[in-house]
Amino acid sequence: MTHKNFDAIVVGAGMSGNAAAYTMARRGLRVLQLERGEYAGSKNVQGAIMYANMLETIIPDFRNDAPLERHLVEQRFWIMDDTSHTGMHYRSDDFNELSPNRYTIIRAQFDKWFSRKVREAGGTILCETTATELARDSGGKVIGVHTDRAGDVIQADVVVLAEGVNGLLGTRAGLRETPKPENVALAVKEMHFLPEEVIAERFGITGDEGCVIEAAGTISRGMPGLGFLYTNRESISLGIGCLVSGLAATMEKPYDLLDGFKRHPSVRPLIAGSEVKEYAAHLIPEGGFKAIPQLFGDGWVVVGDAAQLNNAVHREGSNLAMVSGRMAGESISLIKSRGKPMTKQNLSLYKAMLDKSFVMQDLRKYKDMPSLLHTNSRSFFMTYPQLISHAAKNFLRVDGTPKIEMEKATTAAFIKARSRWGLLSDAVRLAFAWR
Amino acid sequence: MKTAIAERIEDKLYQNRYLVDSGRPHIKVRPHQSPSPSLLALTRVCPANCYELNESGQVEVTPDGCMECGTCRVLCEASGYIEWNYPRGGFGILFKFG
Repeated sequence: MTHKNFDAIVVGAGMSGNAAAYTMARRGLRVLQLERGEYAGSKNVQGAIMYANMLETIIPDFRNDAPLERHLVEQRFWIMDDTSHTGMHYRSDDFNELSPNRYTIIRAQFDKWFSRKVREAGGTILCETTATELARDSGGKVIGVHTDRAGDVIQADVVVLAEGVNGLLGTRAGLRETPKPENVALAVKEMHFLPEEVIAERFGITGDEGCVIEAAGTISRGMPGLGFLYTNRESISLGIGCLVSGLAATMEKPYDLLDGFKRHPSVRPLIAGSEVKEYAAHLIPEGGFKAIPQLFGDGWVVVGDAAQLNNAVHREGSNLAMVSGRMAGESISLIKSRGKPMTKQNLSLYKAMLDKSFVMQDLRKYKDMPSLLHTNSRSFFMTYPQLISHAAKNFLRVDGTPKIEMEKATTAAFIKARSRWGLLSDAVRLAFAWR
Repeated sequence: MKTAIAERIEDKLYQNRYLVDSGRPHIKVRPHQSPSPSLLALTRVCPANCYELNESGQVEVTPDGCMECGTCRVLCEASGYIEWNYPRGGFGILFKFG
């Protein structure tokens, strides 16, 4: 079996891979995309919220036929202890705009659609094909990939590594490190199906409107972690993620955490009577700016989760993947149109574009956040949520205790748990990491 | 009222669709006398409960229910206790929703 040479090989058909393949195919490049699943999306897992702007830049009229679930009009943040939650809700009718800002999606369906767009743009997609190794010439330049299909190396001028957080190609070739346990979270998720009208009633939404709940606190049992609940049209995506280093240290079982979250009195009524149709697990890059590897080299670039491009603070990942994929595609197309080779020096254009974008600016802004949450996880995910819950309860319960005594008790509880110096220091460090 | 019985992981995995590559496990545990702490952690941390202690105290893997998340790879590959690969193209988990 011989292969004609391609301008570019894209490894993976997730958000970043599809964005890169589509961008290059639209510009007339001969693109081969490899996907190890039965179809694009069959190996991909996300919460999932999709930010419209980043897709709009790639496919302006995506709303015509993309499989979208609900556009979000309400966001709830919950701080939880074992029996309560203290929440902040933001809901606005302004989100019911003509071109909504963000949607819930189901990745297997969405990725199938995105992959069809790549094919329509002229890209060649080879599914059920696992890329096993990068092929390099004697000078170390990447010249293609080996796959588990019979045949020679598939050659191309450049390989776009869109292989996800657990990508083997780049790590095996020494282009980047395997993620460290403290830089990735393991998220487990279930799909809970309920009739559309039941979801609408429970969340106070109508039509295509959607609601999101994100929750932190004792549900992660002292580990850095986050629970989430996203409304789709006829289902709820419900999951929880914790740092792998935290799980290994506490020996907590991820599905026990998920069950605990589901049984929480604030969550249980929202999913009561649902039928669970899938259980999924996935790693999420959490290392932030400091964990970003070398992004380009001779004959290769790395995009999306494989490049650790995830903003954990704002829970943005797939949009950074789309932007990095698009910029990789644009820079490769530009180099190609100038008739230049895909050298490290020329491909640095990709990094330059990314540096100028919000992607790197946002990640740089929060560069100290991962280590702060990691070293103070018990305070942030156990002690403070419990204190906040007690404070709210003290504030609301009416039992004849004078208010001044209740306030004193609340203040005393905070000082007892963290000390004055500890409280001040946490506040200052949080402020600096956020700045 | 609290439901005390936790759901069984087998029942969760039963919802999923897999194409198992019989006789070609994509993850292997290297032979060992007694497991290292990181290897032992896999019996708790693996979200599909693929790792178990056998009767003679060694960690075994049965990757049929694997969701290919890579948690075990991140924890253990560098130590050499496990050998990790993706399944052959088309095999393994097939997410309907993802």
